[in-house]
Amino acid sequence: MLARLGNAAVGLLGSIGDASLFALKAAREIFVPPFEIRETIRQIYELGLRSAPLIAVSGVAVGVVLSMHTRASLERFGAEAMIPAGLAIALVRETGPLTAGLLLSGRIGAGIGAELGAMRVTEQIDALEASAVDSFRYLVVTRVIACVVALPILTTIMNFTGMLGGFFAETASNGMPLALYFRRAFSMIDLSDYVPATLKTMVFGFIIATISSYLGFNTGSGTEGVGRASTKAVVFSSILIILTNVLLVRIIFFAFPQAAGG
Amino acid sequence: MADATPVVRLDHVTKSFGGQRVLDDVSFDVHAGCGFVILGRSGTGKSVTLRHIIRLLQPDRGRVFVGADEISALAGPELSRVRRKIGFLFQNAALFDSITVGENVAFPMRRHTRLKDHEIRQRAQERLAEVGLEREYDRMPADLSGGMRKRAGLARAMALDPEILLVDEPSAGLDPITADEIDELLLDRKKRGRVTLIVVTHNIPSARRLGDELAMLHEGRIIVRGPAAELDRSDDPLVRAFMTSQHAG
Repeated sequence: MLARLGNAAVGLLGSIGDASLFALKAAREIFVPPFEIRETIRQIYELGLRSAPLIAVSGVAVGVVLSMHTRASLERFGAEAMIPAGLAIALVRETGPLTAGLLLSGRIGAGIGAELGAMRVTEQIDALEASAVDSFRYLVVTRVIACVVALPILTTIMNFTGMLGGFFAETASNGMPLALYFRRAFSMIDLSDYVPATLKTMVFGFIIATISSYLGFNTGSGTEGVGRASTKAVVFSSILIILTNVLLVRIIFFAFPQAAGG
Repeated sequence: MADATPVVRLDHVTKSFGGQRVLDDVSFDVHAGCGFVILGRSGTGKSVTLRHIIRLLQPDRGRVFVGADEISALAGPELSRVRRKIGFLFQNAALFDSITVGENVAFPMRRHTRLKDHEIRQRAQERLAEVGLEREYDRMPADLSGGMRKRAGLARAMALDPEILLVDEPSAGLDPITADEIDELLLDRKKRGRVTLIVVTHNIPSARRLGDELAMLHEGRIIVRGPAAELDRSDDPLVRAFMTSQHAG
């Protein structure tokens, strides 16, 4: 029993070590030429642009729900006029980046895990290598760059559509006009709210791409392995995003005290 | 006739997976223009041997040479340079399933030549025509039969006019007629292009057709090597059983 636990712990530590080395290699090779520009652009389209509808629709829904909750809270204090600003702050500082990160860990993480896993078991990755192409640069580095670029853009879309959702809820509730809603929404947020919180999603993008690529790249046992890689990609990248977010928020509060509300 | 200089040389190669030794001190060389066939039962290390030649696998011990280059010690651009001399036809063709058949064939040219787009397309079309797939350029690999996929894989493997063609189980999963067609295509490439063929198979009729020289792997070691006629005269019961087999799958 103890021996089995010990073996499991050693196996886990080994996998964490391998995944960390994989991520370090990806981080280093982002900056080393030759750059796979064509494939990177294709991945930005596949992983980024094609995720935009999911993010936009989810953003509207999140905005509506947040608006309803904010209204329920602020009405008690007679502060309904603060609803757009409160919602905007919540969205831009935390809800937008984290929700976008988690949603994309589902869509992109599962996609990368399954695609690279399938390529591994059907020997397509070996075929790339046999064609004298560095499969790591071609498959992993391009996806990492695409995710790091796409996440902040998609987060911005989520923030904006979230505010739009909030407006729909507000205008349905009290007929608030669009211009007034957005004037109030933007009245209390500035760049120190937007920039650090949005840029931290670059880290989320890096996590999603490297974890999913690592699991896909190391898929072992047929189609069952592909399914497992896909599931694990979503689970591990989601957990890591949530945990890393705690650390990133601490760093942001330290570097930008005004973002902490001060 | 074969040259004196080996184009591929394995020098005391040993490889294990999870404690199980798959290749045990394997050495052989293959000369330019030769058809070299590696025979053996399933799981004896035939494909593992092939993968060492293009450095998809790294030996635990020993060295692998392609020409004068020790491919087992290369990395980065040098490895890429040597790999461009080699074409690899995978057992299941391993076509890239997200691009068309034609783009699969064009892929190595797009990566490693400075040809213009229309030239690459034309050459890919020519390669496909050589394997009888000129009409399939715009089809997706999933829409092709097993034999057609294998032919497309051969067209891709030949895209850069390699000096060496590695072929993993050319007749696996194919009906005898299609398998013969693949053999004919390989022989044709060998005759016309002075390609060195290294083929892994357990199909004896195919091995006889393709191989100037045959080597038999058993439990990770080469137990016999020579022309088919020599193997036919072997006293080893395993070799005799293999060589008298008419299995074609």
